[in-house]
Amino acid sequence: MPDVDIIIIGAGPAGMAAAATAANEGAKVLLLDEQPQAGGQIYRNVENNVGNSVDANAVDYLGKDYTAGNSLVQALEHSNITVKFGATVWRLDEGPRVVWSQNGISQVSLAKHVLLATGAQERPVPFPGWTLPGVMSAGASQILMKTSSLLPRDAVLAGSGPLLYLIAAQMIKAGAPPKALVETQTLKMLLGASRYFPRALLAAPTLFKGLSLLGKIKAAGVKRYTSASSFRAIAEDDGSITFSFDSKGRRNSLSTPLLLTHQGVVPSTHMSRASGISHEWNELQGAFQPITNEWGQTELQGFHVAGDGAGIGGAETAKAAGRLAAFDILYQLSHLSQNSRDQKSKIDRKAFNRALSIRPLLDALYAPLPEFLSPPDETIVCRCEEVTAAEVRQSLNLGAHGPRQVKTDIRAGMGPCQGRMCDLTVRGILVASGAKPSPARARSPIKPIKLGELANLKIPEDSL
Amino acid sequence: MKIDSRFQTRPNTTICLTIDGEPVMAKSGDTVAAALLAHSGNASRLTGKGSPRTAFCMMGVCFDCLVEVDGHPNVQGCMTQVRERMAIRKPKGFRTLSGDTEDA
Ligand SMILES: Cc1cc2nc3c(=O)[nH]c(=O)nc-3n(C[C@H](O)[C@H](O)[C@H](O)COP(=O)(O)OP(=O)(O)OC[C@H]3O[C@@H](n4cnc5c(N)ncnc54)[C@H](O)[C@@H]3O)c2cc1C
Ligand code: FES
Repeated sequence: MPDVDIIIIGAGPAGMAAAATAANEGAKVLLLDEQPQAGGQIYRNVENNVGNSVDANAVDYLGKDYTAGNSLVQALEHSNITVKFGATVWRLDEGPRVVWSQNGISQVSLAKHVLLATGAQERPVPFPGWTLPGVMSAGASQILMKTSSLLPRDAVLAGSGPLLYLIAAQMIKAGAPPKALVETQTLKMLLGASRYFPRALLAAPTLFKGLSLLGKIKAAGVKRYTSASSFRAIAEDDGSITFSFDSKGRRNSLSTPLLLTHQGVVPSTHMSRASGISHEWNELQGAFQPITNEWGQTELQGFHVAGDGAGIGGAETAKAAGRLAAFDILYQLSHLSQNSRDQKSKIDRKAFNRALSIRPLLDALYAPLPEFLSPPDETIVCRCEEVTAAEVRQSLNLGAHGPRQVKTDIRAGMGPCQGRMCDLTVRGILVASGAKPSPARARSPIKPIKLGELANLKIPEDSL
Repeated sequence: MKIDSRFQTRPNTTICLTIDGEPVMAKSGDTVAAALLAHSGNASRLTGKGSPRTAFCMMGVCFDCLVEVDGHPNVQGCMTQVRERMAIRKPKGFRTLSGDTEDA
């Protein structure tokens, strides 16, 4: 007997919107998230920040688009929704069966249907020195702002993408402006992206928000460098970072306690890959994504995927996609007729298409530089096992021709992160050498689980 | 050598924990990784080859935040909330495997 109708994995905008939609139509939902609160990446810790009088300015500098997420969190208060936090899903099986761990205890839950809404991670930005203390991802510093009111000191922001500008603007508003913004996009990328501009106009409000962010950064007088490349970071004796890069034909060097890098986000696909769902390469977004139909249904019976985990679209797209998936699952579970599914989902279908229309422009304009896809020899590619780009190339020269061989040969991707920080770089190096690699394999458990916890796992009899 | 935190000093730190035995104040709602970063700019662990690392992604992806918490090795600092009297230790040079092995 299934425990619930639908298990939703991930309480970001996609998962929260899906949960409320399904619950309102009478379905019983179990919502699992490994974080201590609902919100996902964009709305992380929003309920606490909105209700917090001690650090009241956090909501101020994080902005209205952030606090707006609180309504999704409040909508989870529903008798049909059970929410478990600190609940890490580490295995999915047909059935569907979901294996998850909370407080060191693993359990199996059964459902009629599963929705994966596990979102995105930042694209790794490998360059010589990116493993040093004092170098972090820009998204990491935003998480520290959202959950710990921890503001950077004289940070340098480097890379590209809409999130980089948002974080810069939030830092300025918080009274912790970056000492410089080092942007990698070039005029050539701008020209190449211009053909997507007319379509992006469908999402005009988002476009204007982006422009207003740029306006705020300019008004704050943050020093900007553009067309930047050849990143390198060195640690000085006093612990500070010397960050050097080329910009417009000149080598520049900045000293900072904290270098924050970003090159966009990519779908988190460990769970979908380990479940056996097929993936395809999205050329414009430079990432693998699960193959789904227009409702998020995968080829695996009983499994939908929605939100940034299905392909990067941002929070508005994720919300709409979560609802679309919920309506389709409700139809498949006979809670809705096909006709009422189609009627009820009309608004979300429109919202989905509108929100997605700006994506190709952003993807082309803020594409990652080739040097981050296939970095210079001395760069550490696999942070866990400390494998360099030179070693990956050497392994290729010695005959490895896929990610799996590179892995067994030099252990790249064999550490605790299971390739989350190096899969794309190993692929980039393979591509630069002329290969066309398939997605790297992912295996359960997709998060490290203690042996004792595995031994104590109770599997419900009727799920075998 | 001790490097100051790379972040601004915060008011309202009410939780008292220890880092390698030294009493340190943290904020309620902090993760272990956040408390470490707020406290110092130094490495929170050394890799198998002895290279210094600190938390990198803060969202459970990179595993650079592994520390020892209350005697348990290989705990993901960015996914663990601080508690009063928590004892955090920075692993030094041990090889940290996938969490199912004890430190050497
Ligand atoms: C660090 C970071 C910061 C971002 N900040 C912003 C921002 O400020 N503004 C913005 O517009 N966009 C931001 N984004 C982009 C973001 O991807 C989208 O805006 C949006 O959050 C995507 O929604 P989602 O529901 O698809 O996934 P997410 O919001 O990412 O939610 C996914 C949820 O799944 C949970 N999860 C993942 N794996 C598991 C597992 N194995 N078991 C249990 N739970 C799991 C996660 O804890 C998370 O809560 C950010 C992205 C990243 C990576
Ligand atoms: S800082 Fe990356 S996993 Fe914790």
